[in-house]
Amino acid sequence: MSAYLSTFQARGRVLLQYREAALAGVVTQLFWGGIRIMIYEAFYRSSSAAQPMSYAQTVTYLWLIQAMLLLVPWRVDPEAAASIRDGSVAYEMVRPADLYWYWFSRGLAQRVLPVLMRAAPIFIIAMPFFGMQAPVSAAAALAWVASIGAAALLSCAITMLATISLLWSVAGDGVSRLLATLASLLSGSVVPLPFYPDWAQPVLNALPFRGLMDIPFRVYTGDVTLGQWLPLLGHQLIWTAVLVLIGRWLLARGLRRLVVQGG
Amino acid sequence: MPAVVVQDLVKTFRVAERRPGLLGAMKGLFHREYHTVRALDGVGFSLQPGELVGYIGPNGAGKSTTVKVLAGILVPDSGRCEVLGQVPWQERVRHVRNIGVVFGQRTQLWWDLPVIESFDLLRDIYAVPQVQYAATRDELVALLGLGPLLDTPVRQLSLGQRMRCDIVASLLHRPALLFLDEPTIGLDAVSKLAVRDFLLRLQREQGVTTILTTHDMDDIEALCTRVILINHGSIAFDGTLEALRGRVTQERYLTVEFADGGAWRDEPDVTVVRSNGQRYTLSFDPRQIAAADLIARIAARYPVRDLLVENPPIETIIARLYDEDQP
Repeated sequence: MSAYLSTFQARGRVLLQYREAALAGVVTQLFWGGIRIMIYEAFYRSSSAAQPMSYAQTVTYLWLIQAMLLLVPWRVDPEAAASIRDGSVAYEMVRPADLYWYWFSRGLAQRVLPVLMRAAPIFIIAMPFFGMQAPVSAAAALAWVASIGAAALLSCAITMLATISLLWSVAGDGVSRLLATLASLLSGSVVPLPFYPDWAQPVLNALPFRGLMDIPFRVYTGDVTLGQWLPLLGHQLIWTAVLVLIGRWLLARGLRRLVVQGG
Repeated sequence: MPAVVVQDLVKTFRVAERRPGLLGAMKGLFHREYHTVRALDGVGFSLQPGELVGYIGPNGAGKSTTVKVLAGILVPDSGRCEVLGQVPWQERVRHVRNIGVVFGQRTQLWWDLPVIESFDLLRDIYAVPQVQYAATRDELVALLGLGPLLDTPVRQLSLGQRMRCDIVASLLHRPALLFLDEPTIGLDAVSKLAVRDFLLRLQREQGVTTILTTHDMDDIEALCTRVILINHGSIAFDGTLEALRGRVTQERYLTVEFADGGAWRDEPDVTVVRSNGQRYTLSFDPRQIAAADLIARIAARYPVRDLLVENPPIETIIARLYDEDQP
């Protein structure tokens, strides 16, 4: 266990060296957040129809997207991809560690720490100045934290699947693009999911992607009550478990194929 | 008990046949034809604990396939293979605790972190107890004089420094068997010497069984008493460097530099390979004439300023052996 924890920490120390990147990210997210909010403001003012969320909830949802955008799995794990491409995956196979969890723990650090580094300043700026609200209750805040944790695990499990697919397709660009498009559209990070048409809702509800953003954000804004949220947390966790199992199975198969076919 | 036993190892790969042209490529999408390549075709050898053996051969001969089988990454089609009494591909995780690997072309260190943090990470991955880890690390670091580098991020190290850190990294869990895959590739002359010097010390003081694959024959000459040569998937030679020389050629070279006024006349038993002013390089066969006799004769007949007897460079020998082995 401590091997995976150390991998996570080591990756974290690497990422902390890139504070400037995080700062630039914050500025960009604030800028885009501002533009998005202007669009939704115009939309709310010009329409008299009932909207799925109140204006204040929508604004908060939008800021949460900006703060947590990097939680969306938008590309394969670059380090694992490189090791598959140049064959140094052999180095990782001579370690007494489970390759899946080794990559997973490294990927988790890569996912979580940049989010933390960008989210904190955005909260600090958007809450007092740009209409972002606090969680509706202390319980909702705790539920949100739990759900974000589940979202990070889910995101890693999805990234792992994409990365593992490289054992068959080597060039990762196509997979990364497909993944980025699917995950941003279906998680709610482009348009909040409640704004999608009714016929799309069952599909969105069934797919794993809403667990990345929509579920944690709606419990934060109070659009989903705590009672409604609990089964949604189950949705996140079950999907994560399923994707981890598929990923482990595929990785074992892919490595066996690598072993059979040679490096 | 030998540290490594390999017998009749066979490994074949299926390689998809590429058909020429666009049409061929499209056909290949639906139906592929394969041919098999015998990467290993009955390889066998054994190593005693503490041996440092050079494992050489041309590109594609089966060197890295052998190393991967021994490391437990590849499963052979048939044959026996035991490393420290264990079959590598069974219980892979337990097996890899006993081996260390250095791939010269890659690094196992974290690019952005100080060296020491990569070491700490390996300690956790191999679950080495802290006391043992600290002792091993300090010993290796002192042996190699790496102390000043430990806090430097790996990306700032020179290739030679990085390679020495990589070798330490592969030894932190005290493996009984070490694979070095081209550890001097791309290094400048000084760094090469430093790495070789390090490996010799390691050999003397730690007695780690080591398999060294390399294309640098100076590595072999400096480090290995025993050489195993693999070509076309089978062992072409296994023995000492001297025996390898003897098998291919008995030829030796004598370089003579004459004092002013000396002029070469044809001599029996020798042929002139090169001449440059007063300097002649002669080749002779020590079975026909002993080096001492030849030197005495030349010295008696010519005004000699300088003399040097040489073996043919090992590159020449290896090149001949590779050629000899062509099917």
